[in-house]
Amino acid sequence: MATVTMTVNGKQVSADVDPRTLLVQFLRETLRLTGTHVGCDTSQCGACVVHLDGRAVKSCTTLALSCDGATVTTIEGLANGTTLHPMQEAFRDNHGLQCGFCTPGMIMSAVDIVNRKGHDLDEHTIREELEGNICRCTGYHNIVKAVGAGAKAMAK
Amino acid sequence: MSATGIGAPVRRKEDFRFITGKGNYTDDINRPGQAHAFFLRSPHAHATIKAIDTKAAAKMPGVVAIFTGEDIAADKVGGLICGWMIHNKDGSPMAAGAHPALAQGKVRYVGDHVAVVIADTLAQARDAAEKITVSYDVLPAVVDMNAALKKGTVQIHEAAPGNRVYDWHLGDKAAADAAFKTAKHVVKLDLANNRLIPNAMEPRAAVGEYDAGNDALTLHTTSQNPHVARLVLSAFIGLAPEHKLRVIAPDVGGGFGSKIFIYAEETVCVWAARKVNRPVKWTADRTEAFLADAHGRDHLTHAEMAIDEAGKITGLRVSTKANLGAYLSTFSSSVPTYLYAPLLSGQYDIPAIYCEVEGVYTTTAPVDAYRGAGRPEATFVIERLMEVAARQLGQDPAAFRKKNFVRKFPHQTPVIMCYDAGDYNASLTKAMALADVKGLAKRKRESARNGKLRGLGYSAYIEACGIAPSQAVGSLGAGVGLWESAEVRVNPIGTVEILTGSHSHGQGHETTFAQLVSDRLGIPIDNVSVVHGDTDKVQFGMGTYGSRSGAVGMTAIAKALDKIEAKAKKVAAYVLEASEGDIDFKNGHFSVKGTDKTIDFGSVALQAYIAHKFTGAQLEPGLKEGAFYDPTNFTFPAGVHICEVEIDPDTGVTRVDRWTAVDDFGNVINPMIVEGQVHGGIAQGVGQALCEGAVYDSSGQLLTASYMDYQMPRADDLPSFTVDTTVTPCPSNPLGIKGCGEAGAIAAPPAVINAITDALGHEDIAMPASAQAVWRAVRKMKMAAE
Repeated sequence: MATVTMTVNGKQVSADVDPRTLLVQFLRETLRLTGTHVGCDTSQCGACVVHLDGRAVKSCTTLALSCDGATVTTIEGLANGTTLHPMQEAFRDNHGLQCGFCTPGMIMSAVDIVNRKGHDLDEHTIREELEGNICRCTGYHNIVKAVGAGAKAMAK
Repeated sequence: MSATGIGAPVRRKEDFRFITGKGNYTDDINRPGQAHAFFLRSPHAHATIKAIDTKAAAKMPGVVAIFTGEDIAADKVGGLICGWMIHNKDGSPMAAGAHPALAQGKVRYVGDHVAVVIADTLAQARDAAEKITVSYDVLPAVVDMNAALKKGTVQIHEAAPGNRVYDWHLGDKAAADAAFKTAKHVVKLDLANNRLIPNAMEPRAAVGEYDAGNDALTLHTTSQNPHVARLVLSAFIGLAPEHKLRVIAPDVGGGFGSKIFIYAEETVCVWAARKVNRPVKWTADRTEAFLADAHGRDHLTHAEMAIDEAGKITGLRVSTKANLGAYLSTFSSSVPTYLYAPLLSGQYDIPAIYCEVEGVYTTTAPVDAYRGAGRPEATFVIERLMEVAARQLGQDPAAFRKKNFVRKFPHQTPVIMCYDAGDYNASLTKAMALADVKGLAKRKRESARNGKLRGLGYSAYIEACGIAPSQAVGSLGAGVGLWESAEVRVNPIGTVEILTGSHSHGQGHETTFAQLVSDRLGIPIDNVSVVHGDTDKVQFGMGTYGSRSGAVGMTAIAKALDKIEAKAKKVAAYVLEASEGDIDFKNGHFSVKGTDKTIDFGSVALQAYIAHKFTGAQLEPGLKEGAFYDPTNFTFPAGVHICEVEIDPDTGVTRVDRWTAVDDFGNVINPMIVEGQVHGGIAQGVGQALCEGAVYDSSGQLLTASYMDYQMPRADDLPSFTVDTTVTPCPSNPLGIKGCGEAGAIAAPPAVINAITDALGHEDIAMPASAQAVWRAVRKMKMAAE
């Protein structure tokens, strides 16, 4: 066992973990933050995306120990209290989700896209940038609309 | 239309928990003292098990128990069942082999379940499984259907000689043969409908629990139909009687058919929970999902169409081999038979149809219903034939379709179905206008200037949804009725709980069902909640598949609401001191005809419970009603999808440039949700046509067992879609609903292939039309031209 300490959603947490523990296991099983999902275990589907020191990472292939001292934001930490993040609001308003399983990773990726690419995103850019996230329900149509609208709303 | 009533694009009530990470999926559930299960799976496609040595594994840290097929047999746990009996041409029943939850003596596909290790942690269970020694006698794999049926091929199940599950047919062979004898034109096509892996984003999962004090079991699981799961686990597998077995399907992350079935892992988890007297949890990793979720499609078909001098279709003959995999999954037998052949008439008036289907065992994963289930396969046959026929006859494909459309309703096809309502020409006309078919020639020239090939493909599909009239499906071999139930509980302050046997796993029932109630009772949508997915809360139900939850599930709610209104009127009559016949109910208020006396719905609910205005002899207190609704016919959603592709002949890459869908779903409750269903269906259909395909090698190893090998459609593989509707209300249910869940997946594949072959000037290309396949086709054409 080894001790890992990190700041998750603004709170400092510390735990003893098996060295092979993945970040997503640490979040889901140790901290019981079950909003982050595992869809494929191989970094392909993006259901597990969280922000690590402000950058989107796939937590299913990140060792928890490698995040010692880092700052992590999960879907549970995105809203400001009861006020939703504009990207969350945009997904609801544009019907950008159906079963909801890929949604946390989609939203975390979308926020990261805006952080990197700015607020005025064309459809082509959004589609290319969403390459690392798979959705089986929506055909992406409304997710693309949601990301564009969310990006604009984040500028306000 | 109110802002939250029928027809309004209400934002979904369920979304808040999903966008904030507060969903409750099965893998999010953890029970005190739970152990973890890991399944040791067969690495061979076909082998006899000589011995399983678990001694070393049992000594590994954290191991609680290890079970094999012997333990399942010793406990008399019944085998997994197939719930639809198909009869052969000669009337004899199909040949089905046993399907134990853990292999007994033999394994029949890579991924078959050999043993389960239960340990304190998943890592410990996995580590221990590596110490299990299984000695196998490897037998030849049988992957190919033609090889499986060949004389002398190794037997997969003793019970199914020649690896043939059934040899079934539908229609009038003599009439079809006669049509071909007098035909002016005959069009022939050999088609493969590629094998798909459903890939709901949430992998299957189960948590089994045993309550020793009450000798009762609970299974939390990723199910589209928890009551059917309980029925099968009780009545057939025999784990516990129904009143001692609770099945809970909480938030479920997509199903697409793959979560209808009762699988080995879920069965073993709940059985083992009693054995070890601890909760037992299992969650599939993605490779397990690829290996052991039921796959979809996988047909080989020869089809022929007879056409007369005037260009009218006179007959259709279809011969199909359907791969059923190594075991018969829960509804597998019905998919290539009764969910397939009855749709072969498409939107067309075809006087004679004959279809024969051989169901085949192979040493591959079981194949069962996947979004559309049989209807995409039928649509692919008929819509590819229509396109090729039009080209061979030198006719415009839209005009050829129009000439053959069914125009009078009801229309009895020669293959069971009686289409109740539709206007196929309206959908085609609207779709052609929206797709700007007139501008195609110009766009083709522009593409050509850029060195690209452009093509347009139609798909005029029909499906049978609202599954299904119980007596009708019973006469065809179904083991269950396919009605739906609902209960409406009005609380004393007028809020309402709807209990439904339908199950939502992305479809938005919490919103659409509440819209119906808000509309009918005139109460705010926030005062309505929907309860589903728990056999202890909802008495019984048949679940969600076959685009049935609107047409069947909501109609059950509507029937229960009729009873609520009738009872509430009685209460209102006592309160308003009027006769019951004089009470009107409108916009949430009861009033006495011709007076200004009125009372709102919530106050009537309170009066029903306090029961001060009537005696027990006059009226029963309370306001709670239930209904079971059994549909009188299938529903027949239909529409036209038009796909336009641009192909780079140098790379073979096909880009879907434009997509137009005009669907007739009858009346629509929430257009936003309906459009979303269409989008998702199209994406899955485009996936089938362009990139998805399960591939086994000749030794039965699945080569496509991760997202690195099985290509899922991603955001940059698809365009935005133009989606619209036409409306002919469904006459067989009071809401006029037809269903929309599967349409896109049914319509899309032939639209894509028709577009690609139009661009290439080619008659056929197999699915998936990958860049490599298209590039090869382009090369072949170039070489032939040189």
